[in-house]
Amino acid sequence: MLNPKLYLNEKVFDSDCEMQTTRLGFGEGLVELGKADRDVVALSADLTESTHCHKFAKEFPERFIQCGVAEQNMAAVAAGLAVSGKIPFIASYATFSPGKNWETVRTTIVYNDANVKIAGHHSGIVTGPDGATHQATEDIAIMRALPNVQIFIPCDANQAKWATLAAAKIRGPVYIRFTRDKTAVMTSEKTPFEPGKIDVYWESERPKATIFATGYMVYHALLAAKKLKEEKIDVEVSNVSTIKPLDVEAVVKQVKKSGAAVTVEDHQVMGGLGGAIAETLAKHKPTPIEFIGLQDTFAESGKPQELLEKYKMGKDAIAAAVKKVIARKTS
Amino acid sequence: MNDLDEKKIKDLERRANKIRQLIIEMLAEAKSGHSAGPLGMADIFCAFYFHILNHDPKNPDDPNRDRLVLSNGHICPVRYAAMALAGYFPTDELATLRKIDSRLQGHPHRSALPGVETTSGPLGEGLSQSIGMAIAAKMDGKNHRIYCIASDGEHQEGNTWEALMLAPKYKLDNLTLILDRNNIQIDGDTENVMPLEPVTSKYQAFGWETIEVDGHNMRAFADAISQAQATHDKPTAIVAHIIPGKGVSYMENNYLWHGNPPGIADVAGAPPKDEQVKVALADLKKIEAGLN
Repeated sequence: MLNPKLYLNEKVFDSDCEMQTTRLGFGEGLVELGKADRDVVALSADLTESTHCHKFAKEFPERFIQCGVAEQNMAAVAAGLAVSGKIPFIASYATFSPGKNWETVRTTIVYNDANVKIAGHHSGIVTGPDGATHQATEDIAIMRALPNVQIFIPCDANQAKWATLAAAKIRGPVYIRFTRDKTAVMTSEKTPFEPGKIDVYWESERPKATIFATGYMVYHALLAAKKLKEEKIDVEVSNVSTIKPLDVEAVVKQVKKSGAAVTVEDHQVMGGLGGAIAETLAKHKPTPIEFIGLQDTFAESGKPQELLEKYKMGKDAIAAAVKKVIARKTS
Repeated sequence: MNDLDEKKIKDLERRANKIRQLIIEMLAEAKSGHSAGPLGMADIFCAFYFHILNHDPKNPDDPNRDRLVLSNGHICPVRYAAMALAGYFPTDELATLRKIDSRLQGHPHRSALPGVETTSGPLGEGLSQSIGMAIAAKMDGKNHRIYCIASDGEHQEGNTWEALMLAPKYKLDNLTLILDRNNIQIDGDTENVMPLEPVTSKYQAFGWETIEVDGHNMRAFADAISQAQATHDKPTAIVAHIIPGKGVSYMENNYLWHGNPPGIADVAGAPPKDEQVKVALADLKKIEAGLN
């Protein structure tokens, strides 16, 4: 059942569940930050509206820097602003930033310990019709491998806003991952968000497996959990909204309870959430794990739901992975 | 920045010579690092640390200090030597270059050494960071200046041109680019590897004020900086013509000394490797004698 302590959206399983984009939450958070702190600045590389920086740009034109289609330059300009006391947010599609400009991010922001917040938009195959060129499916991996960076993946528009606000409070580089398409709003205004903490969104007394999901895929994991419940298979669903530093204690604790794990992400299964959970469990509690995500392949153009089905990332695939991992546990 | 008289010029030239000697000693001790670039830029670094910059070695984090950003980080031995002489840290520490537990990383790292404005080494990124610093200064109404030293080779990086486009857009007249125009890079002479000329016209076409100067002439360089400071509504690029390896006869204008320290390998046209350090220091001592 939905964890009652978290005040989640009770209509989450209804057909009229509110849908919203996480980028909207980012845009709202950015404007709020702009009002609260004169040092917050935003940089765009010709994708101002689709990354939802336009409201900030309109409200604070003197603190908005349009870099043109030049993601490397944007990253390094932000580094220069940050070492001068500013709190820059750089926004683009994640394939370009931190994809195309990764080495600049590594050197001038992360190694340089510059207080820059990197907003990577259009993540995952849910980016849809634009095709694989614009679907960021390796960004978690390339950012996770860097020391000295924190990574947030908000599950919905509310959490996107909270993660944006939280990023500004952290002194150091932060990567936040957003999606293009509208996704289910799972939280309410009263739902807590604490950076670095895993929250159990669907709980069971005796779970047979733990589903670790991140981003909007938490919703599909919830759908799978509900379906499994109807089949009398109890699981838990954890929202891993901070990928780095990973809440190791919670991962181990939850898996000790269930004895099996399924990871769910809209990203390659290598190096992303799946990799992070596997590394953690291999070290602390070796456990059977199944991985939902892109299986070492690029996706393609299509509608988000069609893509989720084709690439076996929807609720049925998640439910099947749960059954498979439970079978592995007892064999 | 005060005017330069003959006495001050002589003083700067002596210090630049001392910087060059420290560079040779550091590289010989490290047995690793770049030679020609640092030697070429000794006069300009000397001019910055002992004449141009508004800075305080005892307060390297002063928010009102002028910023000197080194984009081509591989020539950092010249920066380290100049900083040590200026009082940022003891000159003895120069012997730790590139060694374990040292603050003097092989390519400069901001967090490791106070007074190093940026982490650099990967090329083409320093001008962008300088732009960020210049925009921040404008936003805050501060009057300090940002100077960025960049190499000719790193103008092959697309990022350099992204930055060259952005600075005039924001009318960054508090930003000055100094091009270390020494015409060499690892693989050869820059004009063979990838022609850059006419670089001054290119800057002008991008909206920059330009000045060409002999990078070994203290007065000419100081005048160029004054001219940049007096330029309004656009950034200035100073094309400083540099002799790579300047002061060491066998290294001058030879790209083979771009990435090698003295004393490690026999190089065409140079003394045997065991003699290289001695000859380099002797060359510099001879110049020093001429300055007294």
